[in-house]
Amino acid sequence: MIFFEDIAIGDRRELGPYTFTAEDIKQFASRYDPQPFHIDEAAAARSHFGGLVASGWHTASIFMKLQARAIAERRQELAHTGLSPGFRNLRWLKPVFAGDTLTYSSEVVRKRELASRPDWGIVFSHVTALNQRGELAFEFEGSVFLARRGAG
Amino acid sequence: MTRRHFEDLVEGSVETIGPRTITREEIIAYASEYDPQPMHLDEEAAKHTMLGGLAASGWHTCCLMFRMAYDGFISTTVSLGSPGIDEMKWLKPVRAGTALTLRVTVIDKRESKSRPDMGLARLLCELVDETGTPLAQQTSTLLVGRRLPETTR
Repeated sequence: MIFFEDIAIGDRRELGPYTFTAEDIKQFASRYDPQPFHIDEAAAARSHFGGLVASGWHTASIFMKLQARAIAERRQELAHTGLSPGFRNLRWLKPVFAGDTLTYSSEVVRKRELASRPDWGIVFSHVTALNQRGELAFEFEGSVFLARRGAG
Repeated sequence: MTRRHFEDLVEGSVETIGPRTITREEIIAYASEYDPQPMHLDEEAAKHTMLGGLAASGWHTCCLMFRMAYDGFISTTVSLGSPGIDEMKWLKPVRAGTALTLRVTVIDKRESKSRPDMGLARLLCELVDETGTPLAQQTSTLLVGRRLPETTR
């Protein structure tokens, strides 16, 4: 079992690539972010983006999709985890156009015990997504609770 | 429709959007696609997690907060997009059937040094339930077009 104590600063996990199709971009945006440049190719072409781009929350949701897959693959070895108190410094640095592929990864940057809940710790990670040209398109500092060894 | 420009935003002003009730179906629909963990998919499995019962994915909460902010604030503002979120706090589980209200506060605003056609507004978005209990809180920056002299003739 992997507990809070087993996580080291610098631990890195590749979460994998994801290609944003025009269909996916429009479907997500119609529900959560119906700005013209996310739902309509013609309007997007006239916008300052010059083409259909993914909602920033779509880019973020795909992180979670890949992260959930990584957690599921390690379910047998990971101690209780999955919940997060929040994130900081989320940046949408480059537009994500239809057809772009982002490759996500996560690296542990710090960790601390919880004074209020001695059976839990919290692990902070720097999440990044690079596009197919190697440019940093998206990043944030996430956090997740992880059970400490010996917790009930 | 007259949309608000940077000059129209008032520091300290508060707008309330909603209420909007979140359903079990939409919690499961988002989770099935983007966050298929037991606490977002299945009531019985969720009871055995830290959440103590079915609750929306935190990223779903972000998406819902954005949609409410869009419908009630951003769509009526000359928005040029957002460079990002300074801080997001998931404070309490967002449960099916909760009537959600979003409070949007303009924390402060400043003109852009590099782009005379826009300014930056920092927004505090607070998601509360029927009793006013905060469920989530977010601080973000919105780029807002300025009412340039050329466009107000």
